Amino acid sequence: MTLSRRDFVIGAGCGVAFASMTSLPAYASLVEDSIAAFTGGADVVSGDIVLDAPEIAENGNTVPIEVSAPGAASIMLLATGNPVPAVATFNFGPLSGSRSGNTRIRLIKTQEVMAIAKMEDGSFRSAQTTVKVTIGGCGG
Amino acid sequence: MAKNVKPRVKVPKSAAAGETITVKTMISHKMESGQRKDSDGNKIPRSIINRFTCDFNGQNVIDVTLEPAISTNPYLQFDAVVPEAGEFKFTWYDDDGSVYDTSKKIAIG
Amino acid sequence: MTMRTLLAISISALVGSLAWAGEDSSLVIDGEVIKIRATAPAHVDALDEVYSGWVFRTDETQALQMDDFENPAFVFVDQAIDMFSKVEGTEGKSCASCHDDVAEFAGLRPTMPRVVDGEVVTMEDMVNGCRTKRMGAEPWKWSSGSMTAMTALIGLQSRGMEINVKIDGDAAEHWEAGKELYYTRVGQLDMSCANCHEDNYGNMIRADHLSQGQINGFPTYRLKNTKLNSIHGRFKGCMKNIRATPYKEGGEEFKALELYLASRGNGLSVETPSARN
Repeated sequence: MTLSRRDFVIGAGCGVAFASMTSLPAYASLVEDSIAAFTGGADVVSGDIVLDAPEIAENGNTVPIEVSAPGAASIMLLATGNPVPAVATFNFGPLSGSRSGNTRIRLIKTQEVMAIAKMEDGSFRSAQTTVKVTIGGCGG
Repeated sequence: MAKNVKPRVKVPKSAAAGETITVKTMISHKMESGQRKDSDGNKIPRSIINRFTCDFNGQNVIDVTLEPAISTNPYLQFDAVVPEAGEFKFTWYDDDGSVYDTSKKIAIG
Repeated sequence: MTMRTLLAISISALVGSLAWAGEDSSLVIDGEVIKIRATAPAHVDALDEVYSGWVFRTDETQALQMDDFENPAFVFVDQAIDMFSKVEGTEGKSCASCHDDVAEFAGLRPTMPRVVDGEVVTMEDMVNGCRTKRMGAEPWKWSSGSMTAMTALIGLQSRGMEINVKIDGDAAEHWEAGKELYYTRVGQLDMSCANCHEDNYGNMIRADHLSQGQINGFPTYRLKNTKLNSIHGRFKGCMKNIRATPYKEGGEEFKALELYLASRGNGLSVETPSARN
C-alpha cells in the first residue's frame, strides 16, 4: 500500500559542516543554540541516521515521528519552526535494543524537523525532513 | 499531582534470552506547553511530563527528555534487549514534582 | 514502524487521491473485522455506498486506530474501566453493583439512539439515568471527559457489530425531524449537513478531506483536541464552523439528528472508539 511517509536518509560521506541550512527557520538562533548545546560546537555530518515523518500531517497536534541511528548514544529531535525548537532527546542505555525511538509531536506549522545523533565515538550525525502542516477546512 | 494521569505499557509476555523486543508506552497527561493563553490573555504556565525512563532488572534501557512539543498523552516506543527473565520498570517525571510509575514482568521462553 | 500487516485492504484513499477501498475491504483491529463500507440503506436516496470516516483519513491517522494500544482513545477507555467500579452517590453503588461485567452491553450501541415512551434516548441519557435514579449520583455533563470515556467503553463492547437503528414506528416522527434538520441550510454560511457530507464527501475543503459524516465511530478521539468527542459535541462544532448558533447538546434537535445520522450508517460496523483528525 502507499506510504505517505517519507523516509529521509541522507547518504553518508558528504562531510558538510552543519552551520549552513538550506532555509533559515524563524527561530534560527534558538535552533543553533540547541544544536550547540548538544554538540559543544563539534562538526555535524549528514548521514547514518533515519528520520521518518509524514509528508503531510493531518493535524499538527499529533505528528508521528520515528528516528533511528545505529551506534548512537543519544538522539535529539528539533522542530525548527516551533517557538521552542526542542522536542525530545532519546538517551540510550545499556539494554537499549536498537538506537531508535518513536513518538508523537506537535508542530505549529509547516517546517523542517531535524534529528541529531551523538554517536558512541563522540561524533555527530544529522538528518532533516520537511513536514507540511495544514489548516483544516471545517475540522479546524 | 496532575489530574487523571494514567500510564499504559505494552510488553510481550515472553522473549528468548537476548532477544530484542519492542516496548510501547503511553501516559494520559495534558502536556500543557506554556504557549497557550487563557480567556484573559494570560499565558497558561507550562506543566508537562519532562522525563521518562525505562529500566530492566535495574539496568537502564532508555532515558528520554521530553519538551513541550511532545503531544498530549505522550507516546513513546523503543526497543529493549531482554537478557533474562525479569521486570521492566517505567517512570514518568512531571514538572510539578509528581512521579508516576508502572512495571511489567517478562518471562524467558 | 507501524504494523500494517493487520490491514487487509489496500487503501490509497489519502490526501490528494480519491481512490476508494476494494470490493471486499475491511479494517481489522486485533483480529476483529470492522465493516468500513456498506451498501447504503434504502432510505438514503443520494448514496449508493456508505463509508466510515476512517476511509477518508491519512495513512498515519488510520494506523492509529488499527491497534488498541496505538489508539489514544484507549487511555480514556482505561479510565472508564476504573470508573465502572467506582462507588458514587447516595445509594453507595457503582456501575458494577448492578452490571457485573461491562461486556453485557454488547449489542446496545448498534441500536442507539432509541425511542422509549415517545422520546429519543441516547447512550448519555441511559448513563445519566442510572446515575441519577439508581446511584443517587450527579449526572455527568454531556461531553465531559467522564461521559465520553464511559460511552466509549460501552460502545467498544459492540465494536464490529452492524449498526441497526430503528427508524419506523415510534421512531418515525423523530427520524423525519432529524432528516429535515440534515437537509436544512443554516448559519451565516447558509449550509446544511448535506452540502458537505452528501454532495461533497471525498472532496477537499481547504485541507480537510470531507467524510460522509457517519457517526458509527463515536465517541471519537480527535487529534485536533487530543480527547474523546461526543456526537452532539461534534454537531456543535460543525454548526459553529458554518457560523450558526448551535442547538443544545442533549436537546431535541441534536437527538433527532443523531437518530437520523445513525440510520444513515446502518450496515457499517460500530467502530467505537475511533481515531480521527
